[in-house]
Amino acid sequence: MRKAEILIIGAGPAGLGAAIEAAKLGAKVVLLDENEKAGGQLFKQIHKFFGSKQHYAGVRGFQIGEDLLKEASDLGVEVLLDARAVGMMDDGTVAVLHKEELIQIAAKKIVLATGARENAISFPGWTLPGVMTAGAAQTFSNVHGTLVGKNILMVGTGNVGLIVSYQLMQAGANVKGLVEVIPRVSGYGVHAGKIKRAGVPIWTSHTVIEARGKDRVEEAVIAQVDEKFQPIAGTERVIKVDTILLAVGLTPKVELAKMAGCALTVEPTLGGHLPYHNDEMRSTNANIYVCGDIAGVEEANTALDEGRLAGLSAARELGYGDDSVEEKKMELNAGLCALRMGTFGEKRLECKERIMKEWSW
Amino acid sequence: METKNRHPIVDFEEKVKVEVTVNGEKLMANQGKPIAAALFEAGIDVFRITEKMKSPRSLFCGIGQCNDCVMQVNGVPNVRTCVIVIEEGMIINTQEGLGKIGEIE
Amino acid sequence: MSNSLIEKGYIEVEDVRNDSNYPSEERFKTGAVAIIECLQEIPCNPCKDACPYGAIVLEGLTIRPQLIEDKCIGCGLCIAKCPGQAIFVVDKSKEEGSVTFPYEYLPLPEKGMSVTAVNRAGEPVCEARVTKVVDSKKMNKTRLVTIAVPVELVDEVRFMKRVEAGE
Repeated sequence: MRKAEILIIGAGPAGLGAAIEAAKLGAKVVLLDENEKAGGQLFKQIHKFFGSKQHYAGVRGFQIGEDLLKEASDLGVEVLLDARAVGMMDDGTVAVLHKEELIQIAAKKIVLATGARENAISFPGWTLPGVMTAGAAQTFSNVHGTLVGKNILMVGTGNVGLIVSYQLMQAGANVKGLVEVIPRVSGYGVHAGKIKRAGVPIWTSHTVIEARGKDRVEEAVIAQVDEKFQPIAGTERVIKVDTILLAVGLTPKVELAKMAGCALTVEPTLGGHLPYHNDEMRSTNANIYVCGDIAGVEEANTALDEGRLAGLSAARELGYGDDSVEEKKMELNAGLCALRMGTFGEKRLECKERIMKEWSW
Repeated sequence: METKNRHPIVDFEEKVKVEVTVNGEKLMANQGKPIAAALFEAGIDVFRITEKMKSPRSLFCGIGQCNDCVMQVNGVPNVRTCVIVIEEGMIINTQEGLGKIGEIE
Repeated sequence: MSNSLIEKGYIEVEDVRNDSNYPSEERFKTGAVAIIECLQEIPCNPCKDACPYGAIVLEGLTIRPQLIEDKCIGCGLCIAKCPGQAIFVVDKSKEEGSVTFPYEYLPLPEKGMSVTAVNRAGEPVCEARVTKVVDSKKMNKTRLVTIAVPVELVDEVRFMKRVEAGE
């Protein structure tokens, strides 16, 4: 059995943030990721990030990813790649499928930074090749340099739908338009502005009702919807596309938290079921911390800071660091609070406050 | 299709070509890319045929989570083509149904 | 402010003119100046740090940035720093007006090229001439393109029809 003081599951921004802070305090950290490369979804984010200097604002996501990987490696964080945590055992150990071999890791503290998965919606033809998540197209275009299609319909105008549309245009695809079921653009106006000035239509109060084609998507049928989001007969329109991308939200990946007995709550604004946690990212299981999208779907910058908090808290619990850690945690919490302000953040702040208030163990 | 050689933001490295066999046909693919990406570039987008309805499937999540894009690779079924990288000499076949472990052709 | 931004995805020119960040007529007369079209409260502040003249004031993180028009020299350093690509530099002080905007596509337009200027909705406004293309390492692949347009159309124009590959 392998041993670690702090085991971090998931090496996206949250996991990396946790690993870096815990290692800085001197804890022995093992960081797992199921992929061949650490960084989570940061490497497909090729746009400049929002936030302040401490959140790498103005720097492109993949460049932040490189910085974090270097920092973690300089600090001596042990990274296990191609390592998928498949189970939380009753004795507190974690079962990990590492390069097709099942290993067991015992850790004093575990940080779950498992992220979220993309949602899908179903409609006739949605299983056809050419219908996929927006994240799939983004990964292929920005990480692998491969466009998954030439003519694209985007479903959803949250920040993912808006950003991926823009990035696919940058890679040379034609975005024929975006549909949004609610009567307004859901993401940041500035992201919408970039694709509007490039001449791309955004059809609000519209949805996709069918994907047509023989062995792959050849066209999409969209329609206007009424107040109950039902398609209005007679408003159907056929759009010639080869690809339909779904950007309809994300759901926290809570399986491991559930197996570990962490109590869950439901916050639709943050993606659905998620583990209760306090302001040091501790779940209702005293040895388990959660951070990033598993603790509520937000942004990469909030994930990074939640990760830092979790890493500091876990290491401090093990006796590392001194009283100055508390100060650092307060700063991080203040920073997180600032990121949850404004038109788009307020609701998330409200949810987070509720989760923390109801947390106990 | 391959992203235009020049991307305004990302500097993609020039890839070495490798020869693979897809459904019996030889194909030159970009080494270091996931199988699914290499196949897309070759214009192939049906990766799997479902067991009951015989309907085509392809890439869906792109990050190894959903298992929609699985193919038979070197005789082994259920290989996630969105994350497994293409290599010289690979024998790749459309997966029919749940896939059987067969002989390497 | 009208509902254009949240309902249609772009800001109406009237909303920009009525915004507190819209420079005064006197300031326009003195030369190039930044227009910050950041109308939603997004937790973000790199524009403030980008300006070496202290012309962008931003209290906290979520309060919208404010332009101190007399301190702004219209240099455009803030344009590439804004992750939302919401800052433009315009010049209405000369006979011919100009608009500078961020550009992140390839191929890049070239100086002297004739292009079609478009508004915030992507609709053609007028023919224009590219007068400057700036690509510096510091701007991290966001290029600045300046086009010359009639002065009376400066407020309308915010982008150009993209250059087609192979043209």
